[in-house]
Amino acid sequence: MTTETVNESLDESHDDEHHDHKMTGIKRWLYTTNHKDIGTLYLWFSFIMFLTGGALAMVIRMELFQPGLQIVEPDFFNQLTTVHGLIMVFGAIMPAFTGFANWLIPMMIGAPDMALPRMNNWSFWILPFAFAILIGSFFMESGAPNFGWTFYAPLSTTYSNGSTAFFVFAVHIMGISSIMGAINIVVTIMNLRAPGMTYMKMPLFVWTFFITAYLLIAVMPVLAGVVTMVLTDTYFGTSFFDAAGGGDPVMFQHIFWFFGHPEVYIMILPAFGIVSTIIPAFSRKQLFGYTSMVYATASIAFLSFIVWAHHMFTTGMPLAGELFFMYATMLIAVPTGVKVFNWVATMWRGSMTFEVPMLFSIAFVILFTIGGFSGLMLALTPVDFQYHDTYFVVAHFHYVLVTGSLFSIYAGAYYWLPKWTGHMYNDSLAKWHFWCSLISVNLLFFPMHFLGLAGMPRRIPDYALQFADFNKWVSIGGFAFGLSQLIFLAVVIKCIKGGDKAPAKPWDGAEGLEWTVASPAPYHTFSTPPKID
Amino acid sequence: MDKGTETAPQKNQKNANTKVVKKLLLTVFAMFGFGFALVPLYDIFCDITGLNGKTNDVAAVYAADGIDTSRTIKVQFITRTAKGIPWEFEPVINEISVHPGEMKFVNFYVKNNSQRDIIGQAVPSVSPGIAAGYFQKIECFCFEQQPLKGGEDVEMGLQFYVDLDLPPEITTLTLSYTLYDITGKVDS
Amino acid sequence: MSRGNQSWLIGAWLFFTSLFSSSAWAETQLNLTKGATAVSREVYDLHMLALYICTAIGVVVFGIMFWSMVFHRKSKGAKAADFHESTKVEILWTAIPIVILIAMAIPATSTLIDMENNDDSDLTIQITGSQWKWHYKYFDQNIEFYSVLSTPREQYENQNGSFEGNGAEKGENYLLEVDRHLVIPVNKKVRFLITSDDVIHAWWIPAFAVKQDANPGFINEAWTIVDEPGIYRGQCAELCGKDHGFMPIVVEVKSAADYDTWLNEQHALIAQAANAEKASLSASMSKEELMQLGETTYMAYCAACHQPTGLGLPPMFPALKGSAMATTGKIADHIDMVLNGKNAMPGFGKQLSLKEIAAVVTYERNAWGNDTGDLVQSSDVNAASGSK
Repeated sequence: MTTETVNESLDESHDDEHHDHKMTGIKRWLYTTNHKDIGTLYLWFSFIMFLTGGALAMVIRMELFQPGLQIVEPDFFNQLTTVHGLIMVFGAIMPAFTGFANWLIPMMIGAPDMALPRMNNWSFWILPFAFAILIGSFFMESGAPNFGWTFYAPLSTTYSNGSTAFFVFAVHIMGISSIMGAINIVVTIMNLRAPGMTYMKMPLFVWTFFITAYLLIAVMPVLAGVVTMVLTDTYFGTSFFDAAGGGDPVMFQHIFWFFGHPEVYIMILPAFGIVSTIIPAFSRKQLFGYTSMVYATASIAFLSFIVWAHHMFTTGMPLAGELFFMYATMLIAVPTGVKVFNWVATMWRGSMTFEVPMLFSIAFVILFTIGGFSGLMLALTPVDFQYHDTYFVVAHFHYVLVTGSLFSIYAGAYYWLPKWTGHMYNDSLAKWHFWCSLISVNLLFFPMHFLGLAGMPRRIPDYALQFADFNKWVSIGGFAFGLSQLIFLAVVIKCIKGGDKAPAKPWDGAEGLEWTVASPAPYHTFSTPPKID
Repeated sequence: MDKGTETAPQKNQKNANTKVVKKLLLTVFAMFGFGFALVPLYDIFCDITGLNGKTNDVAAVYAADGIDTSRTIKVQFITRTAKGIPWEFEPVINEISVHPGEMKFVNFYVKNNSQRDIIGQAVPSVSPGIAAGYFQKIECFCFEQQPLKGGEDVEMGLQFYVDLDLPPEITTLTLSYTLYDITGKVDS
Repeated sequence: MSRGNQSWLIGAWLFFTSLFSSSAWAETQLNLTKGATAVSREVYDLHMLALYICTAIGVVVFGIMFWSMVFHRKSKGAKAADFHESTKVEILWTAIPIVILIAMAIPATSTLIDMENNDDSDLTIQITGSQWKWHYKYFDQNIEFYSVLSTPREQYENQNGSFEGNGAEKGENYLLEVDRHLVIPVNKKVRFLITSDDVIHAWWIPAFAVKQDANPGFINEAWTIVDEPGIYRGQCAELCGKDHGFMPIVVEVKSAADYDTWLNEQHALIAQAANAEKASLSASMSKEELMQLGETTYMAYCAACHQPTGLGLPPMFPALKGSAMATTGKIADHIDMVLNGKNAMPGFGKQLSLKEIAAVVTYERNAWGNDTGDLVQSSDVNAASGSK
């Protein structure tokens, strides 16, 4: 998989400037169909959402700092956890990955832009409205959704606080946005690869986004379906989930998790792609087992469709069902293990340096694996009866989503910042960001394992006294982690404003077509496709 | 790329894109439909696996081939009224023993304690769930809505039998009824 | 160093020392409980097995990784090798995890089969979750009661934005105590039939390794055989609305003899309560008595939603202060609402005595400036309830 430099591309920017009708000010961003602009919009949007969701988490951690109700009412606490979850999943992690896809996929496959640029503009610009509705519901009479991001019926239907309509409308818009984004990614990858770029020559990064986009197309419509059922159950008298009318509340969970489990892989597969790009670059060695990585990604995606009920072991399933979902879930450890082993094998006998992208990637491998271990433990049905709906689960999914997905996003951001901005980031500030985040994130999430094992249920605003010590530490870790993220904001702003000039290829071990164009990447790249050997 | 100045390869590209988009959109709509198709599929799935102990919601016809007196099954009845329905609802007897294939008739007492007229609906559930498919109701008040005037009371009947091929490991079977107020739903 | 700086430091020091103050570390539990049943011990063993296996894999994988990070770094002059695939190795590290997984799946399967065997129980108890309390009914025993959080409000309600010295001293079993325990006999197979009146709850006692969802309209089964008499505590484990964190579960396990004594006591109490109901019909209570009993009852059963101030939490929980229902409306409608409930409002007819309902209606019609002057007696409630 060699991708030789194509010299022409460096000059292209000059030709392009003539028909470069870049508008200025706000209009540039409103009307843009350029994949790099849209990528930038996605990334900024997701960071703003990340800080918003983080602010909610800070209030949650303040309330949980010590036993007793200190600052919020229990009902408002439920609103906080619900909106925190929704924002982080649909507003922070997913748009960040879409931002990466937009910026990088066309450059990596030698395409001039995304295949459907106007739809690309739409898919971004409807997102802020979705979140305006969701966050705006805090200021409505009903209050924000308070039934958890999993919105189990009948808490979200018959017993909802009246926010269900806002919630459903917001989720519909988010879903449409994700589906449009995913269609764009699939079409771009299928049709716009440079001549000679066969599927098995694509960077693994592109592969993971390709598979993720298919997952999105398959499951976001199911989410749209289930929220529609919740809407009609709440307001139009249907009884999908109401036993009184012949429905079944457990069916809600089946349909929801049929979407929900692939959804968690939607949030982790692109992370695999990013880390699989960065580890070889700083080990100065090719990715070990490219082919097996592709197959492992595909098999994880496939398995994600047949494990959904492991979220529901306590709902009262027949024994055969419990056994099937336990075995299927344990099986996921195999392809995931292959990935981790491949990353370690890539580092083995490499020539490693530890720039910030690499630091985040290594932290990703270790901490994501810890999240994987707790995932394996959760797969064992008999013990899941003890872990289910406790802080052990909270620890598990924060390890895979924060030290997993989020850390990979940071790794990727530092790795491609020079390409995006044309400047090197401030290294010492970035290192501060990394070490502060690393220490605080473990202080934040590791003790949650102990809390869960000791029996603290999740989603409670107040707790028994034996949980007090760890909750204090967790809260302190939470505040420290929250503050550490502001360092990242500073790094990015500094990097945009100035800093050392970045060469076309700032990392000597980096591979891929994106490094063959100048830094910052010209507004239009690869108007004529590069040649691939 | 302005309209009207498209070159041939650009046009080809557009056609190819449209083709893929169409296919993907079809998938999206199909999956949206699939979400709703999961509702009937779930019922079928429940019937096969006994998930959630859903029983037949239309009258069954007695079809057992004799009575298996070598087995005795304990059948327990429990009742519950959902939030918001001011009815008293109790089984007349809590527990009976039946042989598989044997027809039984039991009564449930129900009384509207309020002054309002209310329409109730009883929802059955069998535990263990796997037994639900073998619990056959010939006649049940749960097949119909129950309107009761304020203060009215009535005894409601259930006629059932247990299938001969009930799995041998099952010796106790619990039938639960939850009573819901569906006056609002019926009116609208 | 300036004064301001010094006081900041002292503040920080106090803050950090306070981290250890609430309870001793010795009480803090790190691991899963072994519990008090054969199943819970099996579950614990399985948990430890999984934990050890994961730790071992972690040590090996991270060990190799750190070795590589230390010795294969550019600054040490390491030159990158150029191997990048090996089918043999790939097969090996697909096969080994499968073997490990099978080793974990075998004990997990056998434990699960044990847990799902509900046959031959000695006692059946129907458990119903309800926002936000548990209801227990002993099958064939005519004993049933609600079990509600008994931690006083002033121990947990201290929302004033400050962390220091607020709220009453918290008791030993803060948020894990209820007014009436579920009582079961030791060494007997107790079967639980679990359902719900409204939303989904989950009944969980860690020491029994029993956690089952309470689904409205459907029943779930679980069972336990407890080895040791004692008091076991748990909590609702499924988000069920506002007071999800405030509906604990307490199970008291008694020896066979003590359990029989308890059963007899309960039957006696039921007979006593029935007599008291009859007596209350002819009795007439003064306004002071009604208001006093009404306030206690209101705080225990109504204040969670309608708030101690009577202002409620609109739009979900309407205010009573100045509301038509509690002022100008007919007394009969007010009694009917408390007795039978409507929509999200539960009926209290089965939970409270005639006297308590009369008192609480009186209280609601006279507290917070509602000053209607109305007095409601048990006989009024009895007339409204029809038969009770």
